[in-house]
Amino acid sequence: MGLDIRWPIGLMFSLVGAMLVLYGLFTGSNPELGINVNLYWGLLVLVFGATMLFSAWRGAKAGSDRKQDE
Amino acid sequence: MQNVHLGFIDFAILAIYVLFVIGIGFALKRYIKSSADFLTSGRSIPAWVTGLAFLSANLGALELVGMAASGAKYGIATCHFYWVGAIPAMIFLAVFMMPFYYGSKARSVPEYLKLRFDERTRALNAISFGVMTLFTSGISVNLLAKLLHELLGWNYNVSLWICSAVVLLYVLKGGLTSAIYTEVLQFFMIVLGFAPVVYLGLRDVGGWHALTRDLSAVAQHPASLHLVANSSQAFNPDAWTSAWKPLLAGSHSNPMGVDVFAMVFGLGFVLSFGYWCTNFLVVQRAMAARSMSAARRTPLIAAIPKMLFPALVILPGMIAAALAFTAKDGYRLPPKIATGGELSQGLAVVREAANQHLGPQAAFADVSKAIDMKMDSGKVAALIQQAPSLDNATIETRLQDAVTENDYDGVIPSLVKKYCPSGLLGLALTALLASFMSGMAGNVTAFNTIWTYDIYQAYIAKDRSDEHYAWMGRAVTVVGILLSIACAYLVNHWSNAMDIVQLVFGFVNAPLFATFLLGMFWARTTGTGAFLGLLGGTATSALFHATTLSVGNSPGIKGGYLHVFWTFPSDMAQNFWLASFAFTACLVLTLGISLVTAQTKSKAELKGLVYSLTPKLKDEEKAWYLRPAVLGVVLLAGCAVLNLIFW
Repeated sequence: MGLDIRWPIGLMFSLVGAMLVLYGLFTGSNPELGINVNLYWGLLVLVFGATMLFSAWRGAKAGSDRKQDE
Repeated sequence: MQNVHLGFIDFAILAIYVLFVIGIGFALKRYIKSSADFLTSGRSIPAWVTGLAFLSANLGALELVGMAASGAKYGIATCHFYWVGAIPAMIFLAVFMMPFYYGSKARSVPEYLKLRFDERTRALNAISFGVMTLFTSGISVNLLAKLLHELLGWNYNVSLWICSAVVLLYVLKGGLTSAIYTEVLQFFMIVLGFAPVVYLGLRDVGGWHALTRDLSAVAQHPASLHLVANSSQAFNPDAWTSAWKPLLAGSHSNPMGVDVFAMVFGLGFVLSFGYWCTNFLVVQRAMAARSMSAARRTPLIAAIPKMLFPALVILPGMIAAALAFTAKDGYRLPPKIATGGELSQGLAVVREAANQHLGPQAAFADVSKAIDMKMDSGKVAALIQQAPSLDNATIETRLQDAVTENDYDGVIPSLVKKYCPSGLLGLALTALLASFMSGMAGNVTAFNTIWTYDIYQAYIAKDRSDEHYAWMGRAVTVVGILLSIACAYLVNHWSNAMDIVQLVFGFVNAPLFATFLLGMFWARTTGTGAFLGLLGGTATSALFHATTLSVGNSPGIKGGYLHVFWTFPSDMAQNFWLASFAFTACLVLTLGISLVTAQTKSKAELKGLVYSLTPKLKDEEKAWYLRPAVLGVVLLAGCAVLNLIFW
């Protein structure tokens, strides 16, 4: 099928990760475990999403290079 | 359980997830042109996608919530469902069975049975599996709606219909491809949503060593958490933290109450191979792969995360048991919630007992009977004594507080509530929603394929156009969702329904693997042998159940309603032995009947369906280490290492 699932996965987790990071930064001073879980976990989710996007972009680039060679 | 308040960010994460899964359905709509595209993905999907979907389709809310519940009840022995059950079966499917499923060009598992045996065997499997998928889907959506009601206070009906509508929307637009693609997204959502809960929980109990220390205390005093019925029962200190030692010590030395043979043969071979190798829900994902090589690698790719999943789904239950034992921050295992009707009955009994000055034992028995749950006798006695000066609402609150029976299904929500602040809470709830959706979409896509190809096209409308079957596939998707909702209401309103449904499926599923095993590896197996063997195996299941019982149960829905010839230490032991007997009966009957009945299929017809008559498959992989057999051996070795580490 023509859809590369890495695009929606990467986009969604990048968006959710960025939201968690921003939320963690804004609420970081309010203790309501000693760690700002939203900030750190948001960063991890953001990195995962960005990695997926990069992987999808590389896949698309390799596909278009192959088409040009043909 | 007190309701959790969702913040703006939590709703935003939920909304983004819902928009993306529906968006994937709409994005795939333009690629769906034929019934094969809608129902079988046109065999076009890469292995890494089908591999993760294979795992995710099995990772419904029942699995997620149920495994955490078992983690609290039985500890690390729950890992046997993975390291003894799932992994070897997935490897067997990849190496030995996928070549027949995929190579035969069958569009479904029942269609393989038709090609290998006859229409009778296909019809029996198609109808029983079709009904099973609807009930499984219904039980799953019922569980989710109840969890959302208990955790967030959301209306049961609204949760049920909205969640089902989202699944319907994306499956209706993109068919099986949409279900598979969203299952990949849901897999990552489940991992990223629940991993922080596990990390924070483990950190809170003081790390792995502190957890094993606390669980050793749990094993020696399980009655303190109401984990066992007998208040004097105790286990060895390693009962919650060792997978094999308590099992080898005998059925009375482990909290599961299971012996080694039942665990290895009943669960590890019969039930696990029966599920992973013959259940169309998961096999369908591998059959949608773009090539034979991709189809064979699908279960192997799924086996890698599956092997490590106990850390995500079983460990939370163990953490909950340790937290409850140390009563850290006042945490307790979530108690069962009495319904309004039960509390009203309890209130009336308390008032009556107080007025009549009943003896404490008689009063306690009456209250326990009215609430229909295990209660704390001290709390009930104190309540009856003080009842004349208390108002109705206070008595009902204290009655609920006196309930000691654990609601193990509430373990995961209770940890989410404890550890997730707003933000992370939205992620964890979305993960819970994703697990339910992947389970429901998986069941509905399996059901619509079975109905369209194995029932409708086979027996009702044989020679219609492809457009007609594509239309039927879509129509039956809507019907499947509606029937799932009906099943959800049934199990919600009739508490015995779930027990009966699971019991009947146990009867049908237990002998099934014997039929496939003989069909694929013994060319002499006949259609009559397979059909009668399957019926005989199912009848053996029913007879075994009617004549055995487990400790603590009275004859009835739990068995023993004809006569009790044998009593097992636990329900689980009874189920594993039932499966062992049913499998053996089916195997022996199929063998015997096949030897005295004529084979109706020629060798040419059986080519590609039976091991001995099929040319040996040449691996397409250039690198030797990517071949399914090599990958399978590596995965088995990994599984053995995990068993040794947690021996």
